[in-house]
Amino acid sequence: MTQDAQSFDGRRWHDMGGNAAGPVPTDQHDFSLWEKRVDALMIISSAKGHFTVDGLRRVLEDMAPEAFETMTYYERWIASVNQNLIEAGVYTTAELAHRMSEVAARGATYGEASNG
Amino acid sequence: MPHDHHDHLSPSGHPYRPDDDHPLTYWQQMEIAIRELLIEKGVTTAAEINAQIDAMDSRSPANGAAVVARAWTDPAFRDALLADASVASRDMGFDIGPMKLIAVENTADVHNVIVCTLCSCYPRNLLGLPPDWYKSRAYRSRTVKEPRKVLAEFGVNLPDTTTVRVHDSTADMRYIVIPARPAGTDDWSPDALARLVTRDSMIGTGIAKAPESV
Repeated sequence: MTQDAQSFDGRRWHDMGGNAAGPVPTDQHDFSLWEKRVDALMIISSAKGHFTVDGLRRVLEDMAPEAFETMTYYERWIASVNQNLIEAGVYTTAELAHRMSEVAARGATYGEASNG
Repeated sequence: MPHDHHDHLSPSGHPYRPDDDHPLTYWQQMEIAIRELLIEKGVTTAAEINAQIDAMDSRSPANGAAVVARAWTDPAFRDALLADASVASRDMGFDIGPMKLIAVENTADVHNVIVCTLCSCYPRNLLGLPPDWYKSRAYRSRTVKEPRKVLAEFGVNLPDTTTVRVHDSTADMRYIVIPARPAGTDDWSPDALARLVTRDSMIGTGIAKAPESV
């Protein structure tokens, strides 16, 4: 998935229209609660003016192409939401780190760690 | 992998939804932290987050099917939908937010299909969240280059005489396909017709169901 300097065609990785690719996958999953929450946090944060869909996309597109293969859709989204909210000054990296440690200490599953 | 949720209740007394009992991932840990920080700092509330989730959950292809069925039966509405699908959808009572929606109509000679090559833009505020394949590398890459092959993978085999139009969506401009109305439905009510309209038929990777199938 990486491109060397010689082969770079002027398009970034997300600009994939027209590329060769395999069959369209037919797998489908139901969205879990945490994914729906990520979606909601994006919609609410942008509706309140903290960042825009363009900001969301900027961070997604700045991810290395490997992110598209190794992270799920909403994993990429929460990473981008986080970057945008920190840039907007809504909270600091220190606050995030502290809270993430607290969250992890609550339990080993999502249900336990999210306080219900 | 079997799951047994029956004995697992959250501290609030509700059963966890599926997936809540999986090991906590780094990104889930981040989501929880961000959500709590946003609530504490007054950006949002737990109730507002739940309301937004409920609003998205309530959006489904059935909304689009109702729009399509009306377009099939009400010529004035069809014209309005083709002129401005956002306004027409809102006039039917659908809360599509600020979404800019463009309707494209299949005819005897033209088949439309929608894609978002750059990301995952989809008429989500009308139809709900997109299917996973819509966001896949294969669909995003190939649909603009070899749409007939992609459509064939979905079981839509078009004659060479049919013009295929591919519409590449953006965050500010999203499309919905008005599939062709099936033959033999002349006396059908809009409610009955709506049952023929599938999600994929409004993306263009399918066609409306045959009347004898419902």
